Amino acid sequence: MNIRVLGMNCPSCMRMKADVESILAHRGWEAHMEYVSDTAEILRYGVMSTPVLVVDDQVVMVGYRGAAWIEAVLGIIAGKAD
Amino acid sequence: MTSVHIFMGKVSESMAHAISSQPATSPARKQDLRAYLIVGLAGILWLAAYNVIQPTAIWLAYGLLGLAQGSHLGESLAFFFYDVPKIILLLGGMIFLITLLRSFFTAEQTRAWLGGKRQGVGNVLAAALGIITPFCSCSAVPLFIGFVESGIPLGITFSFLVSAPVVNEVALVMLFGMFVWKVAGLYLLSGLTIAIIAGMVIGRLKLERYVEDFVWQIKVGKGGILRDRTTSAERFQIAWGSTKEIVGKVSLYVAVGIAIGAGIHGYVPESALAGILGKGAWWSVPAAVILGVPLYSNAAGVIPIVHALMEKGAALGTVLAFMMSVVGLSLPEMVILRRVLKPQLIAIFIGVVAIAIILTGYLFNLVL
Repeated sequence: MNIRVLGMNCPSCMRMKADVESILAHRGWEAHMEYVSDTAEILRYGVMSTPVLVVDDQVVMVGYRGAAWIEAVLGIIAGKAD
Repeated sequence: MTSVHIFMGKVSESMAHAISSQPATSPARKQDLRAYLIVGLAGILWLAAYNVIQPTAIWLAYGLLGLAQGSHLGESLAFFFYDVPKIILLLGGMIFLITLLRSFFTAEQTRAWLGGKRQGVGNVLAAALGIITPFCSCSAVPLFIGFVESGIPLGITFSFLVSAPVVNEVALVMLFGMFVWKVAGLYLLSGLTIAIIAGMVIGRLKLERYVEDFVWQIKVGKGGILRDRTTSAERFQIAWGSTKEIVGKVSLYVAVGIAIGAGIHGYVPESALAGILGKGAWWSVPAAVILGVPLYSNAAGVIPIVHALMEKGAALGTVLAFMMSVVGLSLPEMVILRRVLKPQLIAIFIGVVAIAIILTGYLFNLVL
């Protein structure tokens, strides 16, 4: 899966980025992660608050909700792909 | 601040189902029940703790340390031992409730509510929503573009952008804890009024040309909002997370501020400051506003000092003006907004808000 974390470099944005990195390293899911802080690019997704979790060009989470939630969402999507 | 909606505009049906059907299952309900129990228990503990602070502080200062009742040092220390835990407990409890309330609101929902509103009504609504919508100045740029691109007038957008930082939750709780509740109420009301008036003035001035040109060219995607599936347990967790973060960040400032305040409380003679910061000194209000700008985001440390100054004769209007300048006129936010606003508009924005704060300060000094 193709993961993008959209953020404006706020503390919770950095936390989401770090969470995704550590979840991917830990679970070994096949994924490419990219951190995006370009305003125009963020606005393309129709969101106004950050951080945002985007998987395969689809917004799946707006706002930081904790590592457990991120892992659950990524798990569902990773499971579907298999 | 974070928001808690999932955007479904682009999420495929099957994925949407997989994600949204998660929390609705019965383990989630069990978790909710457990969460309510934990929060209820924490509430009882909170009340108990709140009630033992004063006797403990008195015992610490006069019993354990053996200081004489009525001595300067004893009084200052008792004040410190009482105020620090009291304010930190109050902050913990009330920030938790405020962030819990905020978890029901999102910037995207706010934008939808503001869409198509006229000047006036829109300004009032924007100012009110500015208080309860989770907002972090780091996302001021996407928020600004999102608002104006969806056709919300500049003035209404500014009412939101003024009210969100001016009515600061930490300042509100601390004013409530250190002064009478009426002062906190006055702060809230004047913050709202300033946001409404500043937005209306900026709206009237027709300043659209001072918005950076690229803003008008950005294509904003449409993200539909999914019915909120957040469970109570998750809400509590989110609120607890932000409470820990906010209280952790400010508690050192609170302690230092109260220590300085305690020193003033015990050592500075009564009404020593009436001449400088009292109602009589006309220049004290603008001076307080200017002084407040570089103290950005340090409401936590500033309020205890200001409280002690008021006991020694500083006027309430001056104090409130100072407070609003500390939280509302923040340089970092101006730097962020500079990306979307031309310098002229930044200057007008600062000018209008500063004048509104100064007038509010004079008004309170006059009536109270």
